[in-house]
Amino acid sequence: MSILVGKQTKVIVQGLGKTGRFHTDKSIAYGTDMIAAVHPSRAGEVEQFEGETDRSGVPDRPDSYDVTLPIFRTVAAAVDATGADATVIYVPAPFAADAIMEAATAGIPIIVCITEGIPIADMVRAKRYLAGRPVRLVGPNCPGVITPAACRIGIMPGYIHRPGRIGVVSRSGTLTYEAVHQLTLLGLGQTTAVGIGGDPVNGTSFVNVLELFNDDPLTEGVIMIGEIGGTAEEEAASFVAARMRKPVAGFIAGTTAPPGKRMGHAGAIISGGKGTAAAKIAAMRDAGIVLAPTPSDMGAAMAEALG
Amino acid sequence: MKIHEYQAKQLLSARGVAIPSGRVALTVDEAVAAVGPLIEESGTPIVVVKAQIHAGGRGKGRFKEHPELGGVKLVSAGAGGGLASAEEGVRQAASQMLGSTLVTVQTGPAGKQVNRLYVEQGIDIARELYLAVLLDWAVSRNIVMASTEGGMNIEEVAANSPEKILRQEIDPAIGLADFQAHAIAWALGLEGTTHDNAFRLVKALAAAAVELDADLIEVNPLVVTKAGHVLALDAKMSFDNNALFRHEDVLAMRDESEEDPAELEAAAHGLSYVKMDGTIGCMVNGAGLAMSTMDIIKKVGGEPANFLDVGGGATTDRVMAAFKIITKDPNVRGIFVNIFGGIMRCDTIATGVVAAVKEVGLKVPLVVRLEGTNVEQGRMILADSGLNVIAAADMKEGAAKIVELAGGEE
Repeated sequence: MSILVGKQTKVIVQGLGKTGRFHTDKSIAYGTDMIAAVHPSRAGEVEQFEGETDRSGVPDRPDSYDVTLPIFRTVAAAVDATGADATVIYVPAPFAADAIMEAATAGIPIIVCITEGIPIADMVRAKRYLAGRPVRLVGPNCPGVITPAACRIGIMPGYIHRPGRIGVVSRSGTLTYEAVHQLTLLGLGQTTAVGIGGDPVNGTSFVNVLELFNDDPLTEGVIMIGEIGGTAEEEAASFVAARMRKPVAGFIAGTTAPPGKRMGHAGAIISGGKGTAAAKIAAMRDAGIVLAPTPSDMGAAMAEALG
Repeated sequence: MKIHEYQAKQLLSARGVAIPSGRVALTVDEAVAAVGPLIEESGTPIVVVKAQIHAGGRGKGRFKEHPELGGVKLVSAGAGGGLASAEEGVRQAASQMLGSTLVTVQTGPAGKQVNRLYVEQGIDIARELYLAVLLDWAVSRNIVMASTEGGMNIEEVAANSPEKILRQEIDPAIGLADFQAHAIAWALGLEGTTHDNAFRLVKALAAAAVELDADLIEVNPLVVTKAGHVLALDAKMSFDNNALFRHEDVLAMRDESEEDPAELEAAAHGLSYVKMDGTIGCMVNGAGLAMSTMDIIKKVGGEPANFLDVGGGATTDRVMAAFKIITKDPNVRGIFVNIFGGIMRCDTIATGVVAAVKEVGLKVPLVVRLEGTNVEQGRMILADSGLNVIAAADMKEGAAKIVELAGGEE
């Protein structure tokens, strides 16, 4: 078991630009079941992917792959033809929110949006559009979701992951990689790693992912990695205190960040005295979360929390 | 992106938000020339000279060169002096303000040079209120926030008397509904025609925020005049940078002299850079890792000189640009490159660092921590370069090394 995505997940890609193509290839090499692409200007064509199998991915595959993806004009057409149950979006920022709404309307239950720089107002509208529909949006501005040796959706380096016992959820891409790498070196591995993204308006919150990990029988503990800005970590801490049945370790980036300055991520800003690292760390500590003092200690903090 | 008060008022006025009459002035003469028409238009013998900088707290701020002068100066035509005395008062205030440095609670001790003024009609104020439109992260929607406590620091009001803050969520599919705007005006204690004036202003402000992709519009104070008019006496606006591509008029208002030159240069190269006051320059990939690199430097006794995220898709050129921006900072006494290569390959970083060092030279210690994709090639490129690069196994070790080599916390 794992959460959100697994070996059975059939994935389409929206946006076959440079990044979309590059990472679709990496995902296929990893063993992800990529089945179609949506790229209106190239509808009716196909895209060829071939290369050497990524040995860190899905086991028991030939040494090389040669995959041809059909390209569709719309998500609905791709779903009709293939029965896809997940999509990954690399569409450029001005059009990405529209791509999210299109995927939701086509009935794809898992939508992972990698695109960075989507206007906030577009996401506010898209989130309103998604409300009440049976879909889960992960991101935007995130590295994606990976269930090791089963399914890689996004842009993370596959080879640092190992199947294992720990769930990872994070607002930061590179800090996710740090945590995953340490868990792999410690032999703990990961059930699923979820990047929820660095934007102020996103589809999936820490609480959403913690709930999923809480109910996943394979997940024995969770690392949550937050940063300055907003109150998502405080809400997660309340959830952990009230409902979480598994040990949680955590880290918060941005202790030294000055107020009023955006630190790389659109969502990483202390404004109006809100969203400070100190407040988040205090809330998490009060909830019994074991905090890593530095990113180098995330794996160790998880091991400590597991006891 | 931020804009000046007078620019915000232009944008808002064009969208139905009532504002006092005013004129922008880039020179003393322009400021003086504004006085006559303003007094005539408003029928008020008082004008106000307001320094335009991208920071709040101007009224209580003080000029370095003129410690008795604040950033907002009231000038009266006086009983007998008439227009000439008002013009003389404005001439004096304008010539002291322009080119001088205003220090406010928001500028930091260095202050900001004043290059633009706004000359505005004086207002007969009956009440000062607070009104803002901003994104509420918890609900992923814009909200209108209002308070009877105008002219105060709203953060203090929120902390000390949260019951005095009203909120109405804006449904993105509907906009601010009429009943919500009425509720705000009533809660502010406004009745009759004053209520109607406030209702219109609140509706216009909420619509303007959406239309312009503003991530903040703050009117503090919103004033009620003795005649019952409701006006935005101050206006602060900032915009979602990711939406500027669809607002050329807003983009044209950008005043780059208000921004840090190094941050501007970084942005031109697609780098995310924030200047800090410390001595350890940082080059990192990923916002979260870049933030926590600053944190760890502080933890081991140093002070970071900057936040710098080279991004996931960085090229050798971008890495070189990043390196040059860091070395240009005269406070930098050591550099820490901290990379977890996922998509960003370690050999790309290493090649960029080597090329940059060869071009600009290296006068301070350099510690590099590489991990991730193509890490062996990256380490080899650094080792073979003949440069004095100190390798670190993880970021904690790297931070400790660079702080030690740069001379500790000094």
